[in-house]
Amino acid sequence: MKGANNRWLEQGDDALDRLIAERIDSPVPETPAPRPPRKRRVRTVHIPHALYLALALLLCLGIIGALMQTTARLPSFGNPDNPTNNEVSRRYLEQGLEETGAVNLVAGMILDYRAFDTLGESNVLFVAICAVIILLRLQQGEARPDDTAWEPRHDLILRTVGRLVVPLVLVFGIYVILNGHLSPGGGFSGGAVIGAGLILCRLAEGGERMGKVLSFRTFRALSTGALSFYALSKAYSFFTGANRLPSVITPGVPGRIFSAGLIPYLNIAVGLVVACTMYALFTLFRKGDL
Amino acid sequence: MPLWQSIPFASVMLPLAGAAVTAALPPRASRRWAGALMAVVWGLSVGLIVCLLTGGGSFTYPMGHLGAPWGNELRAGPLEALLASLFSGVMLLSLLGGADKLREDLTPGRQPFYSVLLLLTLAALMAQVYTNDLFTAYVFVEIITLCGCGLIAARSGTGKSLSAAARYMVMNLIASALFLLGVILLYDLTGHLLMDPLRGAVQVLAADPARELPLTMVVALLCVSLAIKGALWPFHTWVPDAYSTATPTGAAVLSSLVCKAYLILLLKVLTRVITPEVLAAVQADQVLFLLGIAGMLMGSLHAIHQRELRRMIAWSSVAQVGYIFMGFGLRGGLGMGASVFHMVSHAVCKSMLFLAADALIRASEGHEALRNLRGAGHRAPLAGVCLSAGLLSLVGIPLLGGFVSKLNFVQAAIAAGGIREPIALAALAVSTLLHIFYCVRAVLLIWSQPEQPLTAPAPRIPWRAGLALGALLVLNLALGCLAPPVWTVIQSGLAVIG
Repeated sequence: MKGANNRWLEQGDDALDRLIAERIDSPVPETPAPRPPRKRRVRTVHIPHALYLALALLLCLGIIGALMQTTARLPSFGNPDNPTNNEVSRRYLEQGLEETGAVNLVAGMILDYRAFDTLGESNVLFVAICAVIILLRLQQGEARPDDTAWEPRHDLILRTVGRLVVPLVLVFGIYVILNGHLSPGGGFSGGAVIGAGLILCRLAEGGERMGKVLSFRTFRALSTGALSFYALSKAYSFFTGANRLPSVITPGVPGRIFSAGLIPYLNIAVGLVVACTMYALFTLFRKGDL
Repeated sequence: MPLWQSIPFASVMLPLAGAAVTAALPPRASRRWAGALMAVVWGLSVGLIVCLLTGGGSFTYPMGHLGAPWGNELRAGPLEALLASLFSGVMLLSLLGGADKLREDLTPGRQPFYSVLLLLTLAALMAQVYTNDLFTAYVFVEIITLCGCGLIAARSGTGKSLSAAARYMVMNLIASALFLLGVILLYDLTGHLLMDPLRGAVQVLAADPARELPLTMVVALLCVSLAIKGALWPFHTWVPDAYSTATPTGAAVLSSLVCKAYLILLLKVLTRVITPEVLAAVQADQVLFLLGIAGMLMGSLHAIHQRELRRMIAWSSVAQVGYIFMGFGLRGGLGMGASVFHMVSHAVCKSMLFLAADALIRASEGHEALRNLRGAGHRAPLAGVCLSAGLLSLVGIPLLGGFVSKLNFVQAAIAAGGIREPIALAALAVSTLLHIFYCVRAVLLIWSQPEQPLTAPAPRIPWRAGLALGALLVLNLALGCLAPPVWTVIQSGLAVIG
């Protein structure tokens, strides 16, 4: 079997396609084609394997060399006269606290000044999970792969440690998200922590119990709810800002937990999307369902 | 600020906000919801063209209460509005035309997520068209890239679409990384991400001999990354499989819209950030010109060799992208305009070709090979007419959009002068001959009498597909017969873009 696979690999892409097509694709049509296939040789140019490797290596080395030369000619790191130290970064540093209300200026930049980019970023995660659902989620009638024998069921060490660690991980994640506008952290990092905690919980407690807590419907409701909230609230903020309309969103008193306008709520929304996406990616790749 | 100036904002945010909800809808409702949003965006974009042509000029729209350069910004002119209406309209027609096949190709559980991908693609296309900020462009390039992977791989039960999606993913992720690298280098050199200040900063850089290599690298990275994503020869290797194995809606959206979005971004980068003078100073326009010509010829040569209809159409896309890059490389203002017109005519033509090809294949018991499509035009007349019109438009027969495209390229080549004039004219002539080989052959084939008539009666074309094909046919004819208004919009858009 291994030898056969290697043979296909060596013959290149077309052969691989043919292999996949034969194995998965089409049952051979019963009815004869309207006309018998004409014998015709496909003419392709074959580059010898060694020459191909050598050329690829040369190209890579050339690109590496050019990029390193470029790096050497960039403005030196940390120089106060660099072009990046312009009025934009100065304004972020000098007026960021006042304008966004976020003590954590990074949160102010990504969720207030440049919130449109971050909306795009959280949708990148959503696109990824949608594509994975289309590809991997088992549909009605599709056989579920039975790999329960490979699971660490009733693993005493894993369960005990899991019960100890998971609550701490989840609480820490929630802290990182809720405190995102006050200290380093925010939705992306906190969501990743929570996602890791959920994955650990699933490994320790098993799929059946976890599936009752976080079913596919719950996952869908959380993701769509969080993303819709983000899009709608920022749409309001963009529209009022662009048209110079009075807005109900105010920076508040910097340093308080309820401050910095929309930023804490957007952090929660982003955190939910990130946590759900990480957990769903893990389970979809393993089981084909949540 | 008048309310109509919020149309670009609405065109991006409506599909973006609507996409999340779509995941929770049942299959049929999700398709209708997606179609309705596409129709709304199309209507808004058409309204924007009218407002801009009567109100004149272009405007910027801050995305955030603090505005650019601290926040993000959108910018709209006649060109952007035209492209937005084209993208949303063609996407609506592609969804309409492929909806019935979509129901067969995807299980019900997958269909809502497919609608999500379509809506997010639309939002990202709109953002790509309107953005005035290079980093925003990168974020939405990522969204389009991932959506494209889903659109290719979604067809259930075929291994071929999976391997095509994998190949697409590898090439496109490399391109994403190169684009990001280019943006980072440019930011490090200039300190800007917004296109307007970048333009001035790039002029300063170009005058500094010490920064020549970094600037050349930036131009190379941005051009190569978008050329990979836009499927320019020799970076086209993911195209034939991806376009020919995806479900018809996916193939139409990918070939006529997604690939154009990258080319539009490249056009904006080339005209608004790296001006034509800087492009010529680092010799990049010659490279684009020569690669474009190589693409024109190689794409058509490969298309002649194909034995399957959809693969042939996919290879022809490579040739058309070559035309567009040749236009980028022609000096003088006409080249860009000709490229934009070709993007419009190719978007309308290629989506029609993929939908018509699918209808013809269905009418021939699902056989993909060209030799089995003999006489398919008689079994599905509307699809046959549409396929013939699309292929003849690619050749450049008068009354169809492709003719005006080629005429524009010829005029641009003559206006460019120099050594490029004879090269471009010769390439156009040879490429047209090659097009005649494969296009006319396919047209003759589908209208000839079949040797053995099929036993089963051909299935009727669903009314949605018929409607979409008819509308696309009308659009193709309109582009061919009523090109001057479109050309005026493009010219006025290009005049204010720089």
